[in-house]
Amino acid sequence: MNEVNSYERYHRQIILPGFGEEGQQKLLRAKVFVVGAGGLGCPVLQYLTAAGVGTIGIADDDLVALNNLHRQVLYSVNDIGRSKAERAAEILRQLNPEITIISYNTRITTQNALTLFELFDMIIDGTDNFAARYLINDACVLLKRPLVYGAISQFEGQVSVFKNENDDDVNYRDIFPDPPKEDEVPNCAEAGVLGVLPGIVGTMMANETIKMFIGLGASLANQLLTYNALTNQVFQFSLSARKESRSRVPETRSEFLNTDYEWLCSSWGTNEEIDAETFNGLIEKGNVDVIDVREPHELPGANEFPNIKIPLAQLISNHGVIRSDSVVTFCQTGSRSLQAAKILKNIFGENKKIYSLRGGILEWKSRVK
Amino acid sequence: MQVFLGKFVLLLFMTLHVILFGRLADIAGSSVFVNAVADTDTLIKALHKTYPALAESKYVIAVDKHVITSNTLLNEGSVIALLPPFSGG
Repeated sequence: MNEVNSYERYHRQIILPGFGEEGQQKLLRAKVFVVGAGGLGCPVLQYLTAAGVGTIGIADDDLVALNNLHRQVLYSVNDIGRSKAERAAEILRQLNPEITIISYNTRITTQNALTLFELFDMIIDGTDNFAARYLINDACVLLKRPLVYGAISQFEGQVSVFKNENDDDVNYRDIFPDPPKEDEVPNCAEAGVLGVLPGIVGTMMANETIKMFIGLGASLANQLLTYNALTNQVFQFSLSARKESRSRVPETRSEFLNTDYEWLCSSWGTNEEIDAETFNGLIEKGNVDVIDVREPHELPGANEFPNIKIPLAQLISNHGVIRSDSVVTFCQTGSRSLQAAKILKNIFGENKKIYSLRGGILEWKSRVK
Repeated sequence: MQVFLGKFVLLLFMTLHVILFGRLADIAGSSVFVNAVADTDTLIKALHKTYPALAESKYVIAVDKHVITSNTLLNEGSVIALLPPFSGG
């Protein structure tokens, strides 16, 4: 790197109180992963590139479309039909050739999230759907990676920072423990979005990222900021960790790999989840098969009520042992059992009532105590 | 006059201010005043009765700018916010 040029490039921020050459060095050493190079991703990427974040990863499997251009200001008409991740990387390299930009023309899935996130210090969520948002949140909690969150709808936006350092740091599931069903919350394509809104919200996200690396000012950790572009109203809500939200996050890599986020956000789901109290009521009533879908070695054991042990992977081949009219599946935290319930629902249709124990055996034990 | 003012102030304190965000504002308006009740559970029940579409929506509740995680007692003049999740990006 040409140090004289570099000093000149970043001069106007280096002379800021609290920033200095030391702050610039911190940014140059920083590695940031931006998931989604769309409305929020574009301003985040532009400002982080301009500010001199040393390594920037960009993941997006989408192609540039004409109806993106009113808000995704990195791209122009010549880019239509091209990969967003690749095109963004090319454009950003022209803006700042002194930093490293890596493009991943791929969708973030449970299969690649952990491996990719581990290469970076901080993750930015600029995605446009709940399945991705819960997946990214859970991966960051699991890996203890800080996550900068932003989301928009029509004229309003939300921004927060999930530090994921300590157990009492707030994450997305402390605000919204469970994903909404498919049709509960409209997306931008259905509801529309004002073009400048992701510009404002994404710029706030870039600001939070830079502040965190340098240690400047107050971050939005444990705070949810809301912005309304029509009224100019800004609110800041304080957040606290919820006990039950911790149990929603997969505890291990293998549990994460086995979580189907697309499906958790689909329309079948939360109605069939039951809490500890309802669960106990069902057992008392009888004519119910309780299925433990965990692997045989998993603890704690469940000896308090009769149950059949069928690990999730063997459920389809072993469903014949289920005889009662009602079935409750459970696992450690309630995510695998939801998948199991879906599988059983497909097998038995309307012939049996299928439920999943929300929060899993861990939450049940904590309630019963 | 004093009696009148006193009544006015009393009336003001007997209502709760509810602000609604995102698409929830399409259901009930972005700002509503409702008769004071003791806690958030009672308030939400009353709101769902007046605006049934709210009961179908996903949101979290904040009282005086703090997102709550369980039923919370309301004070005179409490401001309650209903915040839906946004997915857009």
